[in-house]
Amino acid sequence: MGEQAFYIAILSSAVIAGTPILYAALGELVTERAGVTNLGVEGMMLIGAVSGFMAAIVTGNSWIGFAAAMLAGGAMGLIHAVLTVSLRANQVVSGLALTLFGTGLSGYLGKSYIGIPVAEPFRGVSLPLLGDIPLLGPVLFRHDVLIYLSWAIVLALWFFLSRTRAGLNLQAIGENPGAADSLGIPVFSLRYFYVIVGGMLCGAGGAYLSLASAPSWLENMTAGRGWIAVALVIFALWKPGRALVGSYLFGGIDALGFHLQAAGVHVSHFFLQMLPYLFTIAVLTIVMARRGGRLAAPGSLGIPYDREQR
Amino acid sequence: MMKQPLVQMRGIVKKFPGVVANDHVDLDLFAGEIHALLGENGSGKSTIMSILAGLYKPDAGEILVDGAPADFGSPRDAIDAGIGMVHQHFKLVEPFTVAQNIQLSERDGAFLLSDAAIRQEIKAFETRFGLAVDPDAPVWQLSVGEKQRVEIVRMLYRGSRVLILDEPTAVLTPQETAELFVNMKKMAAAGCAVVFITHKMNEVQEVADRVTVLRGGKVSGTMLCRDVHAQELVWLMVGREIVLNAERCASGQCGGEILSMKNVSALNDSGRPGLSDLALSLRAGQIFGIAGVAGNGQKELAEVLTGLRRTETGSIQFLGENVTGMSPSELIARGISYVPEDRLGMGLVPSLDAVENMLLKSYTHPEYSHGWLINRKAAEAKTAAVVQQYNVKLAGLSQPVRSMSGGNLQKLLLAREISEHPKLIIVVYPARGLDVGATESIHKLLMELRDQGAAILLVSEDLDELMKLSDRVGVMFGGQIVGNFPIEEVDLEEVGLLMMGLFRPKEERIHGDGR
Repeated sequence: MGEQAFYIAILSSAVIAGTPILYAALGELVTERAGVTNLGVEGMMLIGAVSGFMAAIVTGNSWIGFAAAMLAGGAMGLIHAVLTVSLRANQVVSGLALTLFGTGLSGYLGKSYIGIPVAEPFRGVSLPLLGDIPLLGPVLFRHDVLIYLSWAIVLALWFFLSRTRAGLNLQAIGENPGAADSLGIPVFSLRYFYVIVGGMLCGAGGAYLSLASAPSWLENMTAGRGWIAVALVIFALWKPGRALVGSYLFGGIDALGFHLQAAGVHVSHFFLQMLPYLFTIAVLTIVMARRGGRLAAPGSLGIPYDREQR
Repeated sequence: MMKQPLVQMRGIVKKFPGVVANDHVDLDLFAGEIHALLGENGSGKSTIMSILAGLYKPDAGEILVDGAPADFGSPRDAIDAGIGMVHQHFKLVEPFTVAQNIQLSERDGAFLLSDAAIRQEIKAFETRFGLAVDPDAPVWQLSVGEKQRVEIVRMLYRGSRVLILDEPTAVLTPQETAELFVNMKKMAAAGCAVVFITHKMNEVQEVADRVTVLRGGKVSGTMLCRDVHAQELVWLMVGREIVLNAERCASGQCGGEILSMKNVSALNDSGRPGLSDLALSLRAGQIFGIAGVAGNGQKELAEVLTGLRRTETGSIQFLGENVTGMSPSELIARGISYVPEDRLGMGLVPSLDAVENMLLKSYTHPEYSHGWLINRKAAEAKTAAVVQQYNVKLAGLSQPVRSMSGGNLQKLLLAREISEHPKLIIVVYPARGLDVGATESIHKLLMELRDQGAAILLVSEDLDELMKLSDRVGVMFGGQIVGNFPIEEVDLEEVGLLMMGLFRPKEERIHGDGR
């Protein structure tokens, strides 16, 4: 393996390893922009991964699997919305409960699916022309469709947040729901909507693992990627473009460990597996220190909105 | 002014539990006029405007807009009818830019935001009304005056023809106020009806065309401003019929001096002078009423006396001892009690039960604690006795006090403070938000305490309450006591003018303790 091929392989697998984190981070970003913290990402990803996998096995169609994963993630989002928006439960507690619930339920549901291969997992498609660009082509444009779809979502989300009225309303309900309410913006139904959309994206992130990158079902296969996504959104300052860069960075660290091992570098594989999590802690520390603790977090993040309470 | 009014309000009645906030209020608003609504706190001026802005539904009466009956179910309906209100607490999204905040309010707007269009509109308001705002500035960077301008531009942008400004000058510097007045005149000249709620006499005369004075929920007069004198407005606002409390004389002779403050200065929360060279003297068995518009140093005075705020200069003598700079616990031990303005935030802990709240101040007493253990039984017995004595209604001794009504909370708080047998008690806005019955029982408690020989410093915005309870009345303005009268010499007109900072009494009355 030439040196160039080695780097291309690392970068290309960085994109693949970063994609489930990217989907989940986008989901978390949408939810948090609406003012709701979601610590259930890990659970939502696992539920998405297992239900997507099951649906793909049963129907033999990975697209149906992907759709099922999004529905399942959306259902988890709905539970979170009922608890935190309507019942005004503590968002942290609800999120943690969903992660525990999702981890347990997915393990139970997926028991008989361990070790079964998917009929038609999502496979790399070389984009015409783009795929033939030297270096860039193999790194970016010979991937499966779900990766291209994630780019489209990043772009759409950026446009939605910065250029559209509905996007402005989304930010308003996260920043100052009281002001939004007084201007006639339906705070409660919009929060429901975005928490569910966020859950769907988390589910999609899980399905990417079980239907494209792995593709198989393993108990607890997200291995903390949901938590990385939660941290990543802070690093990304709630901006979709930065979430993409951040996801690939984490994906890169993940891939680096794997490839170093494959190349026969003598480092404990436990240490290499630990890298992404160490990196998360380091990045969060640096971001916090550089910003002096002042983040661009949505102003009402984590605070249930109560119209009567002024 | 012969044309049809833009808005007519006819016989508006609004009742809240225990109070009639608006009692058959009639109000006409004409295009092109600046209409001042003048009244004390609780006179119903905010209520009537909240009804016009669609926040409250009236119990009786009708609203006509352009001569046609209107029924406002929500602020949205009022906005659609061209009525916009700028609240005292701004409804702006701080991290958004000015342009984004203005666009946020647009109804049926296009899916895509158009930067060019909004800039043009904002520019248009600047040229028409002099309302200069920078569309790209994030709102959190703006001064209070600028934020207010954004709110006004937003209302105009939504097509408001009636602009209601709720105490717009309360938060402004004199310069910003002058600028606001110029802009208000321009808006009126452009055909808007501008309503502004205030309790400052000089502002009414400076800017308004007409003024409606409210007192106790009723209109006590509507007149053209050029025909009216400040004294007349004070008279209409404060009224004459004040019931003097006959029981007062029982303790007519006050005891010895309990508290003496000399040249006391302190800073307020924003680091500016909150009290400047304040002097005050209180005797045993005396209720000293502090009148004044909120924000003139009342809070700072109470906090300095309770050790919650640092005294910059001056001295405080309590029972002959210099207590300047002592900590709250030292002052409590010496017999100073405090019933703060914010009952649930500062006075009581909402999630604790009645017994625990009672213990907050006395948990160190040997009756309730053995070393580091609390004697809950003794505390419960004591609380039950106090609750019964002061007729506090509880869901249960072990229920969080959060769920209690305002009146019962205040009674519980007062009972806790009184049961300590204080020598001086500072009571801030004790009847705020309470209905008539609860107010009455709070007043009774205070009078009983006075009869037992305690000195009471009563801070209130309600002149009736002060007239009823006080033995002396001091008027606070700008961090000083600018007037200090024994009750029988109180002239309400003079007090009203002093509260507005309009009038300085004869020199010897300042700081005089009227011996």
